[in-house]
Amino acid sequence: MNEPAIRDIWVYLSASPLLGLTITLVAYGLAYRLYLKAHSNPLANPVVTSVALLIAFLLATGTEYDEYFEGGQFVHFLLGPATVALAVPLYQQFSRLRQLWLPVTISLVSGVVIAAGSSIALAWLLGGSREIQMSLAPKSATAPVAMGIAETIGGIPSLTAVLVVATGIVGAVLGTKLFEWMRITDDSVKGIAMGVASHGIGTARAFQVSSQMGAFSGLAMALSAFATALIVPWLVDLIGI
Amino acid sequence: MNFLNGMTLLLVYQLVGEVTVRLLAVPIPGPVLGMVMLFLTLMIRGRTPEPLQNASSALLSHLSLLFVPAGVGMMAHFSRIADEWLPITLTLLLSTIITMVATAGIMQVTTRWFVRPEKGGGQGNE
Repeated sequence: MNEPAIRDIWVYLSASPLLGLTITLVAYGLAYRLYLKAHSNPLANPVVTSVALLIAFLLATGTEYDEYFEGGQFVHFLLGPATVALAVPLYQQFSRLRQLWLPVTISLVSGVVIAAGSSIALAWLLGGSREIQMSLAPKSATAPVAMGIAETIGGIPSLTAVLVVATGIVGAVLGTKLFEWMRITDDSVKGIAMGVASHGIGTARAFQVSSQMGAFSGLAMALSAFATALIVPWLVDLIGI
Repeated sequence: MNFLNGMTLLLVYQLVGEVTVRLLAVPIPGPVLGMVMLFLTLMIRGRTPEPLQNASSALLSHLSLLFVPAGVGMMAHFSRIADEWLPITLTLLLSTIITMVATAGIMQVTTRWFVRPEKGGGQGNE
C-alpha cells in the first residue's frame, strides 16, 4: 500500500467512532487476560493496564482524547444502565440487608461524609486549589453521579471522572490488604467498606473475592451514590468554601 | 431476545429516572432514581424476571470496563495534574484508605451493637 492510501484510511478511522470503541475493547481484553495470568493479583488491575495501553496508543498516533471519546462514549454510556442494574443484587440481598439496615445506614452516611470531608481537608492542607478540592470531594461515588455533583459544587466534571477511576483503583488494589490487616473476615463488612470507598471498580474486585462481598459492595455503591448526591453539596455549603 | 428485553427495561428505567429528576428538579442523578424505581418494582413483583437477571449480570460482571474511557480522560488533564500532583495523589491515596478503614471499622462495631450476635460472636466468615 502506498503512503496516501494509508493516510486516507487513517483519516477515515480517526473520524469514525469505530476505532475508539474497538481499541477500548481490545485493550480491556488484553488487560483482563494479563490479570488472569497474574492470578487475579490486585496489582495487575485491568483498569490500570487498559488505561495505560490506550493512552500510549493515543499519544503514539497523535490522537486527541475527544476524537477517541467519539468511540469510547459507547462504553462510558453503559455506566448509566449499569447503575440501574444494581437494583437486582440489591433486591436479591434484601433479606440480609433488612437484618443489617441500622449498621448499614450508619456506616454509609459516616462513610460518605468521611470520604468527602477527608478529600476536601487533605487537598486544602496540601495546598490544592478550590477547583481541585471540589473535583476531589465526590470521588468515592460512581462516575456519572460524581461528575454531576462536581458540576454543582464548582469542580471540573471531566477531571472528577479521572479521579473517580483513580480512587476505584486505589481501593481495589489496597482493599483486601487493609481488611486483612484490620482482621476483618465478615464479607458484609468488607463489601460495604469497598463499595462506599471505591464504587464500581471496588465492586468488581469484591465480586472476585465472594458473591456476598460483591453484592454488599454493589449495594453500598448504589446507596452511597444516592447519599453522596444528597450530602456532599450540603456539606460544601456547611463548611462554607 | 432475552438479553435485549432486559437491556430495554434497564434503559426505560434510566430514561424515566432522568425525566423525573428534571421535571421535579430534585438533586439526585437520574440513573440513581431509576435504580430506586426498579428496586421498588422488584419488591412489588416479588421476583427477578430472567431477561433482567441476564442483562444486569452481563453489565455488572464487566463493571470495570465501563470506567476505562473516563480513566483515559487523564490525558486531557495532564498539565493540571502535573501542576497540582502532590495534593491530588496524596489526597487520593490517603482519603481512600481513611474512608475504607473508617467505614469498615464503623460497620464492624455497629453490627456488633445492633444485630443479634450470631454464632461465633458475629465475626465468623459465613
